Amino acid sequence: MLLIRCPYCEEERPELEFRNAGEAHIARSADMAATSDDDFEKFFFIRSNPKGIIYERWRHMHGCARFFNAVRDTVSDRFLMTYKAGEPKPAKLPGASE
Amino acid sequence: MAKAAAKKSAAAAPSVERRPALIGQELSATGVALAVLPPAERISLRAPDASVAALSKALGVTLPRKPKTSAARAGRTALWLGPDEWLVIDEVGRDPLADCAEVTVLHSAVGISHRNVAISVTGPAAAATINSGCPQDLSLDAFPVGAASRTILGKVEIVLLRTASDAFRVECWRSFSDYVFLFLSEAARDAAA
Repeated sequence: MLLIRCPYCEEERPELEFRNAGEAHIARSADMAATSDDDFEKFFFIRSNPKGIIYERWRHMHGCARFFNAVRDTVSDRFLMTYKAGEPKPAKLPGASE
Repeated sequence: MAKAAAKKSAAAAPSVERRPALIGQELSATGVALAVLPPAERISLRAPDASVAALSKALGVTLPRKPKTSAARAGRTALWLGPDEWLVIDEVGRDPLADCAEVTVLHSAVGISHRNVAISVTGPAAAATINSGCPQDLSLDAFPVGAASRTILGKVEIVLLRTASDAFRVECWRSFSDYVFLFLSEAARDAAA
Protein backbone atom coordinates (compact mmCIF):
# COMPACT_ATOMS: atom_id res chain seq x y z
CA MET A 1 0.00 0.00 0.00
CA LEU A 2 1.24 3.50 -0.80
CA LEU A 3 1.84 5.94 1.99
CA ILE A 4 0.86 9.49 1.07
CA ARG A 5 1.95 12.46 3.11
CA CYS A 6 -1.00 14.71 3.94
CA PRO A 7 0.25 18.31 4.36
CA TYR A 8 -2.61 19.07 6.78
CA CYS A 9 -2.23 15.96 8.96
CA GLU A 10 1.54 16.42 8.69
CA GLU A 11 2.23 12.72 8.37
CA GLU A 12 2.16 9.81 5.99
CA ARG A 13 -1.15 8.05 5.87
CA PRO A 14 -2.31 4.94 4.01
CA GLU A 15 -3.47 5.29 0.45
CA LEU A 16 -6.96 3.95 1.28
CA GLU A 17 -7.81 7.19 3.07
CA PHE A 18 -7.26 9.24 -0.09
CA ARG A 19 -9.04 9.96 -3.35
CA ASN A 20 -7.54 11.36 -6.50
CA ALA A 21 -9.26 14.51 -7.72
CA GLY A 22 -7.75 15.13 -11.14
CA GLU A 23 -5.08 17.43 -12.43
CA ALA A 24 -4.02 20.41 -10.33
CA HIS A 25 -3.40 24.06 -11.23
CA ILE A 26 -6.23 24.34 -13.73
CA ALA A 27 -7.54 27.85 -13.24
CA ARG A 28 -11.20 28.44 -13.89
CA SER A 29 -11.87 31.53 -15.96
CA ALA A 30 -13.20 34.47 -13.95
CA ASP A 31 -15.65 35.25 -16.74
CA MET A 32 -17.00 31.89 -17.82
CA ALA A 33 -19.70 33.34 -20.06
CA ALA A 34 -17.12 35.10 -22.23
CA THR A 35 -15.02 31.96 -22.71
CA SER A 36 -15.02 30.69 -26.26
CA ASP A 37 -16.09 27.11 -26.93
CA ASP A 38 -12.55 26.10 -27.82
CA ASP A 39 -11.11 27.59 -24.65
CA PHE A 40 -13.86 25.99 -22.61
CA GLU A 41 -13.11 22.62 -24.15
CA LYS A 42 -9.43 23.04 -23.24
CA PHE A 43 -10.31 24.04 -19.69
CA PHE A 44 -12.97 21.41 -19.14
CA PHE A 45 -11.90 18.31 -21.04
CA ILE A 46 -8.29 18.47 -22.14
CA ARG A 47 -5.73 17.18 -19.65
CA SER A 48 -1.99 16.86 -20.05
CA ASN A 49 -1.84 13.12 -19.20
CA PRO A 50 1.95 13.05 -19.14
CA LYS A 51 4.22 10.05 -18.89
CA GLY A 52 6.33 11.10 -15.91
CA ILE A 53 5.78 13.96 -13.50
CA ILE A 54 2.19 15.04 -12.97
CA TYR A 55 0.69 17.64 -10.64
CA GLU A 56 -2.53 16.36 -9.16
CA ARG A 57 -5.18 17.26 -6.66
CA TRP A 58 -5.78 14.69 -3.98
CA ARG A 59 -8.26 14.62 -1.15
CA HIS A 60 -7.69 13.12 2.27
CA MET A 61 -11.27 11.94 2.13
CA HIS A 62 -11.29 9.60 5.14
CA GLY A 63 -8.98 11.75 7.24
CA CYS A 64 -8.97 15.51 7.52
CA ALA A 65 -11.13 15.69 4.34
CA ARG A 66 -8.93 18.45 2.91
CA PHE A 67 -7.88 18.83 -0.74
CA PHE A 68 -4.18 19.23 -1.39
CA ASN A 69 -1.79 18.98 -4.32
CA ALA A 70 0.69 16.22 -4.99
CA VAL A 71 3.50 15.66 -7.45
CA ARG A 72 3.51 12.09 -8.67
CA ASP A 73 5.52 10.15 -11.20
CA THR A 74 3.05 8.28 -13.39
CA VAL A 75 5.67 5.73 -14.42
CA SER A 76 6.79 4.61 -10.97
CA ASP A 77 3.66 5.79 -9.10
CA ARG A 78 5.98 7.47 -6.62
CA PHE A 79 4.84 10.58 -4.78
CA LEU A 80 7.64 13.14 -5.00
CA MET A 81 6.03 15.70 -2.72
CA THR A 82 2.72 17.06 -1.50
CA TYR A 83 1.76 20.62 -0.66
CA LYS A 84 -1.29 22.50 0.54
CA ALA A 85 -4.02 23.62 -1.81
CA GLY A 86 -3.55 27.20 -2.97
CA GLU A 87 0.23 27.08 -2.78
CA PRO A 88 2.06 27.69 -6.06
CA LYS A 89 3.55 24.92 -8.14
CA PRO A 90 6.90 24.04 -6.54
CA ALA A 91 9.79 25.49 -8.52
CA LYS A 92 12.13 22.66 -7.65
CA LEU A 93 11.23 19.08 -6.93
CA PRO A 94 13.02 17.07 -4.24
CA GLY A 95 15.60 14.80 -5.82
CA ALA A 96 15.69 16.81 -9.07
CA SER A 97 19.11 16.72 -10.73
CA GLU A 98 19.54 20.41 -11.52
CA MET B 1 -45.73 31.44 17.90
CA ALA B 2 -46.97 27.88 17.86
CA LYS B 3 -43.61 26.98 16.46
CA ALA B 4 -41.76 28.59 19.33
CA ALA B 5 -43.96 26.82 21.86
CA ALA B 6 -43.41 23.48 20.18
CA LYS B 7 -39.68 24.09 20.24
CA LYS B 8 -39.73 24.82 23.94
CA SER B 9 -41.69 21.71 24.90
CA ALA B 10 -39.46 19.55 22.71
CA ALA B 11 -36.44 20.80 24.60
CA ALA B 12 -38.12 20.15 27.95
CA ALA B 13 -39.15 16.55 27.33
CA PRO B 14 -38.26 14.60 24.20
CA SER B 15 -41.51 13.40 22.69
CA VAL B 16 -39.81 10.67 20.72
CA GLU B 17 -38.46 7.66 22.50
CA ARG B 18 -34.78 7.19 21.83
CA ARG B 19 -33.91 3.73 20.51
CA PRO B 20 -30.16 3.43 20.18
CA ALA B 21 -28.76 0.94 17.70
CA LEU B 22 -27.13 -2.26 18.97
CA ILE B 23 -27.67 -1.22 22.56
CA GLY B 24 -26.11 -3.55 25.12
CA GLN B 25 -24.33 -5.74 22.59
CA GLU B 26 -21.08 -7.19 23.81
CA LEU B 27 -18.53 -9.72 22.79
CA SER B 28 -15.50 -11.02 24.54
CA ALA B 29 -12.78 -13.09 22.98
CA THR B 30 -9.31 -13.97 24.20
CA GLY B 31 -7.43 -10.72 24.66
CA VAL B 32 -10.12 -8.39 23.39
CA ALA B 33 -13.60 -7.29 24.41
CA LEU B 34 -16.16 -5.32 22.38
CA ALA B 35 -18.99 -3.33 23.90
CA VAL B 36 -21.50 -0.91 22.49
CA LEU B 37 -21.21 2.25 24.53
CA PRO B 38 -24.24 4.10 25.90
CA PRO B 39 -25.66 7.03 23.90
CA ALA B 40 -23.76 10.32 24.13
CA GLU B 41 -24.22 13.90 23.03
CA ARG B 42 -22.16 14.77 19.98
CA ILE B 43 -21.64 17.75 17.73
CA SER B 44 -19.75 18.29 14.54
CA LEU B 45 -18.02 21.63 14.92
CA ARG B 46 -16.49 23.73 12.16
CA ALA B 47 -14.81 27.00 12.98
CA PRO B 48 -12.04 29.29 11.70
CA ASP B 49 -8.92 29.97 13.76
CA ALA B 50 -10.30 33.22 15.14
CA SER B 51 -13.28 31.50 16.80
CA VAL B 52 -11.42 28.65 18.48
CA ALA B 53 -10.63 30.45 21.74
CA ALA B 54 -14.23 31.55 22.34
CA LEU B 55 -15.61 28.12 21.49
CA SER B 56 -13.09 26.39 23.74
CA LYS B 57 -14.20 28.60 26.59
CA ALA B 58 -17.89 27.94 25.98
CA LEU B 59 -17.41 24.20 25.68
CA GLY B 60 -15.11 23.98 28.68
CA VAL B 61 -12.59 21.95 26.75
CA THR B 62 -9.69 23.35 24.75
CA LEU B 63 -10.16 22.45 21.10
CA PRO B 64 -6.95 20.72 20.01
CA ARG B 65 -5.00 22.39 17.19
CA LYS B 66 -2.54 19.61 16.47
CA PRO B 67 -3.44 16.90 13.93
CA LYS B 68 -4.50 13.52 15.32
CA THR B 69 -4.97 14.74 18.88
CA SER B 70 -7.87 15.10 21.29
CA ALA B 71 -8.56 16.91 24.52
CA ALA B 72 -10.82 15.76 27.30
CA ARG B 73 -12.23 17.48 30.36
CA ALA B 74 -15.05 16.51 32.72
CA GLY B 75 -16.67 13.90 30.49
CA ARG B 76 -16.37 15.96 27.34
CA THR B 77 -13.90 15.10 24.59
CA ALA B 78 -12.94 17.21 21.58
CA LEU B 79 -11.35 15.32 18.71
CA TRP B 80 -9.34 17.02 15.96
CA LEU B 81 -10.71 15.84 12.63
CA GLY B 82 -9.38 18.51 10.28
CA PRO B 83 -7.72 21.95 10.41
CA ASP B 84 -11.10 23.58 11.10
CA GLU B 85 -13.19 20.60 12.14
CA TRP B 86 -13.79 18.87 15.47
CA LEU B 87 -16.01 16.16 16.85
CA VAL B 88 -17.15 16.95 20.37
CA ILE B 89 -18.50 14.05 22.44
CA ASP B 90 -20.18 14.56 25.78
CA GLU B 91 -20.75 11.44 27.85
CA VAL B 92 -22.34 13.05 30.89
CA GLY B 93 -25.46 14.39 29.22
CA ARG B 94 -24.63 18.09 28.88
CA ASP B 95 -25.53 19.06 25.34
CA PRO B 96 -22.53 20.84 23.72
CA LEU B 97 -24.92 22.28 21.13
CA ALA B 98 -26.50 24.45 23.81
CA ASP B 99 -23.08 25.71 24.90
CA CYS B 100 -22.17 26.62 21.32
CA ALA B 101 -25.48 28.40 20.80
CA GLU B 102 -24.36 31.09 23.26
CA VAL B 103 -21.21 31.81 21.28
CA THR B 104 -21.53 34.74 18.90
CA VAL B 105 -18.33 34.26 16.92
CA LEU B 106 -18.47 32.57 13.52
CA HIS B 107 -18.86 28.81 13.75
CA SER B 108 -21.05 25.94 12.62
CA ALA B 109 -22.20 23.37 15.17
CA VAL B 110 -24.39 20.49 14.06
CA GLY B 111 -25.92 18.01 16.49
CA ILE B 112 -25.05 14.47 15.47
CA SER B 113 -25.79 12.67 18.73
CA HIS B 114 -28.10 10.16 17.07
CA ARG B 115 -26.05 9.78 13.92
CA ASN B 116 -23.16 7.99 15.60
CA VAL B 117 -22.79 4.79 17.54
CA ALA B 118 -19.72 4.20 19.68
CA ILE B 119 -18.12 0.82 20.21
CA SER B 120 -15.34 0.24 22.69
CA VAL B 121 -12.57 -2.18 21.84
CA THR B 122 -10.46 -3.09 24.85
CA GLY B 123 -7.78 -5.59 25.76
CA PRO B 124 -4.22 -6.42 24.76
CA ALA B 125 -5.37 -7.44 21.26
CA ALA B 126 -7.46 -4.29 20.69
CA ALA B 127 -5.02 -2.71 18.22
CA ALA B 128 -4.69 -5.98 16.29
CA THR B 129 -8.47 -6.25 16.11
CA ILE B 130 -8.90 -2.76 14.66
CA ASN B 131 -5.91 -3.17 12.37
CA SER B 132 -7.67 -6.03 10.64
CA GLY B 133 -9.67 -3.41 8.79
CA CYS B 134 -7.89 -0.14 9.51
CA PRO B 135 -4.66 0.60 7.64
CA GLN B 136 -3.25 3.11 10.13
CA ASP B 137 -0.24 2.46 12.31
CA LEU B 138 -1.74 1.87 15.78
CA SER B 139 1.50 1.30 17.68
CA LEU B 140 1.81 3.46 20.77
CA ASP B 141 4.55 5.53 19.11
CA ALA B 142 2.42 6.50 16.15
CA PHE B 143 -0.98 6.52 17.84
CA PRO B 144 -0.48 7.34 21.53
CA VAL B 145 -3.18 7.49 24.20
CA GLY B 146 -5.44 10.42 23.36
CA ALA B 147 -4.73 10.22 19.64
CA ALA B 148 -7.82 10.56 17.47
CA SER B 149 -8.34 10.30 13.78
CA ARG B 150 -10.97 9.87 11.15
CA THR B 151 -10.03 6.80 9.16
CA ILE B 152 -11.54 3.70 7.63
CA LEU B 153 -12.46 0.27 8.91
CA GLY B 154 -13.15 -2.25 6.19
CA LYS B 155 -15.52 -0.44 3.88
CA VAL B 156 -16.76 2.32 6.15
CA GLU B 157 -15.46 5.53 7.64
CA ILE B 158 -14.92 5.61 11.40
CA VAL B 159 -13.51 8.01 13.95
CA LEU B 160 -10.98 6.30 16.13
CA LEU B 161 -9.93 7.49 19.59
CA ARG B 162 -7.37 5.79 21.77
CA THR B 163 -8.64 6.10 25.35
CA ALA B 164 -5.92 3.96 26.97
CA SER B 165 -2.91 2.00 25.80
CA ASP B 166 -5.16 -1.02 25.24
CA ALA B 167 -8.54 0.66 24.68
CA PHE B 168 -10.13 2.34 21.69
CA ARG B 169 -13.39 4.08 21.03
CA VAL B 170 -14.73 3.47 17.53
CA GLU B 171 -17.34 5.99 16.37
CA CYS B 172 -19.30 5.00 13.29
CA TRP B 173 -22.50 6.05 11.63
CA ARG B 174 -25.60 4.44 13.07
CA SER B 175 -26.59 2.83 9.78
CA PHE B 176 -23.14 1.28 9.49
CA SER B 177 -23.04 0.07 13.08
CA ASP B 178 -24.22 -3.48 12.29
CA TYR B 179 -21.43 -3.84 9.78
CA VAL B 180 -18.83 -2.35 12.11
CA PHE B 181 -19.82 -4.51 15.07
CA LEU B 182 -19.86 -7.66 12.97
CA PHE B 183 -16.54 -6.75 11.36
CA LEU B 184 -14.95 -6.15 14.76
CA SER B 185 -16.47 -9.38 16.14
CA GLU B 186 -14.90 -11.42 13.34
CA ALA B 187 -11.64 -9.52 13.77
CA ALA B 188 -11.67 -10.17 17.52
CA ARG B 189 -11.99 -13.90 16.91
CA ASP B 190 -9.09 -13.73 14.46
CA ALA B 191 -6.98 -11.67 16.83
CA ALA B 192 -7.68 -14.16 19.60
CA ALA B 193 -6.68 -17.15 17.48
